[in-house]
Amino acid sequence: MKIKKLLGKIGSTIIWTILTIITLFPIYWMILVSTRTPVELFGKPNLYPTFFEKIHWKNFTKPFIDGIYADYLFNSIIVATSNAVLVTILALMATYALSRYKLPGSESIFFWTMTNRMAPPAAFMLPLFLLFSTVFKFGDFTLFDTKIGLILLYCVFNLPFAIWLLKGIIDGIPKELDEAMVVDGANLFTIFWKLIIPLAAPGIAVTSLLSFLFAWNEYLLASTLTSVYARTIPTGLSEFVTTTGTNWGTMAAVALVSMIPALIFLFLVQRYIVAGLTFGAVKG
Amino acid sequence: MLCLLFFMFSNNRNAWLLLSPTILILIIVGLVPFFYVLYVGFFKWNPLAVDPSMQFEGFGFNYRRLIFDDVFLASIWRSIKFSVVTLFFELSLGFILALSLLSSFPLKSFFRGVHTLPLVIAPIVVGSIFKLFTVQGLGPLPHLLKDYFGYTLNYGLNADQAFWMIVIMDIWHWTPFVTLTLLAGLSALPQDPYESAKIDGANNFQIFTYITIPMMVPVLIVVIFIRLMDSLKIVDEVWMLTGGGPGYATRFTGIHIWKEVFEKRYYGLGSAMSILYLYITIVICWLLYSVMVSRGKNED
Repeated sequence: MKIKKLLGKIGSTIIWTILTIITLFPIYWMILVSTRTPVELFGKPNLYPTFFEKIHWKNFTKPFIDGIYADYLFNSIIVATSNAVLVTILALMATYALSRYKLPGSESIFFWTMTNRMAPPAAFMLPLFLLFSTVFKFGDFTLFDTKIGLILLYCVFNLPFAIWLLKGIIDGIPKELDEAMVVDGANLFTIFWKLIIPLAAPGIAVTSLLSFLFAWNEYLLASTLTSVYARTIPTGLSEFVTTTGTNWGTMAAVALVSMIPALIFLFLVQRYIVAGLTFGAVKG
Repeated sequence: MLCLLFFMFSNNRNAWLLLSPTILILIIVGLVPFFYVLYVGFFKWNPLAVDPSMQFEGFGFNYRRLIFDDVFLASIWRSIKFSVVTLFFELSLGFILALSLLSSFPLKSFFRGVHTLPLVIAPIVVGSIFKLFTVQGLGPLPHLLKDYFGYTLNYGLNADQAFWMIVIMDIWHWTPFVTLTLLAGLSALPQDPYESAKIDGANNFQIFTYITIPMMVPVLIVVIFIRLMDSLKIVDEVWMLTGGGPGYATRFTGIHIWKEVFEKRYYGLGSAMSILYLYITIVICWLLYSVMVSRGKNED
């Protein structure tokens, strides 16, 4: 029995070592590519970790200092941050309403928000493109190619997600606490500020971080609804595909930089990521 | 709006006030586009054609065309095939890995942490990573396969390789999600049935098929639901890796719509495609969702 257990342990360790290599190897190669000159990349792939000896910094400086990618990065940060803040505030309000009041049709509202998350964005790119560029017009201002447009747009998939995630948390705060505060003469704002936000703080933090991540990672809608001024970093990454004679080093550098928020969040929200990605249906 | 105004004056005023910004935004960016695309779908409209205006060619003209559009139907079939294939691999692999994570072994939390990494990477970045890794002339994978197995990997020319490359990429990207979700489900299972089964002398296989699987059904449905929903939408990674080619080999529905709409500018036809695509996705998801909800209600 003991030997069997030991064998199981050894087997698991070996399998997981192989899996870890499979997971990390492509990423390792990307890092290698981002530190090499085009000449060094020519010919047989050299898997030796040359980045300890020398790094070809031009791969990073060319897009981000000389090129337009600093703007893309700036746009991405603005869009993702604003969207996360907006989504968290709105979802908190909506969830409170859905959780505390007996509304006629609240189930339908809940399901309707959910369908927004289910719908494939590819089905919405044409109507959104047409609406943003021609229909939603306020004088000279159109939503097409603006950061505001993207910030509002990302609510389509982030709001349902945030509502789903927060609903479980707010349902978990006893209703009696609100009622006690109402008896003491507190208004809605005080209830939010003094009760809901402090008690739901970890959930709110996870919701906003994951919303940020989804907004940061979104590509398809950003690429169809922007052209020059509001392009985000994922759309910039895809521009490498169409150009002839791709500069692989620069592409790897841009991909690496656009991965940074993901890596930071991995450490922050790793414990909650399962609950987050399954809309709280499965507790992590 | 009338509905909103009416409720403003009823006793749920606060609730509707709190909900109204959410509803308003979702109407603007969710419901209005839906009705707009439904509307455009009834017209023949190509802004690059000789007559760039919208023309009404009879009710359901575009839909009638789509029924006989082999390329579109093939793209839907391809998307469904892709979803089912990836779901099968991810589910079986993820289940085995989740089971292995239940016991303790050295460096477990490190392995788990690395396994979580692909989950947070953007699809477009995953596409780039795989492009760098597998492209002819640069990537190490074709070289390794050529040198050690004598296998030529060039998905720019070989349709089957392109399709399976996308499948492998999706497995790389999303198996961790399945693993971690199933692991969460497995760790939350009650221990009593296992103990009784052991006392009754059940072997591991019997325990797995008669206890673990039935108790995991709710979690499995959630995983299947989310994975199907997301893999039916796949665009970004494919666009980055193969651009839908070679030929039509990796032209999934999303990419097909993109090409028809933004390359050929078939706005009317593209709208009809969007509606059908939406319809198919929603039907599949709704079926699973209702199963999910009804099971949840049975348990309560």
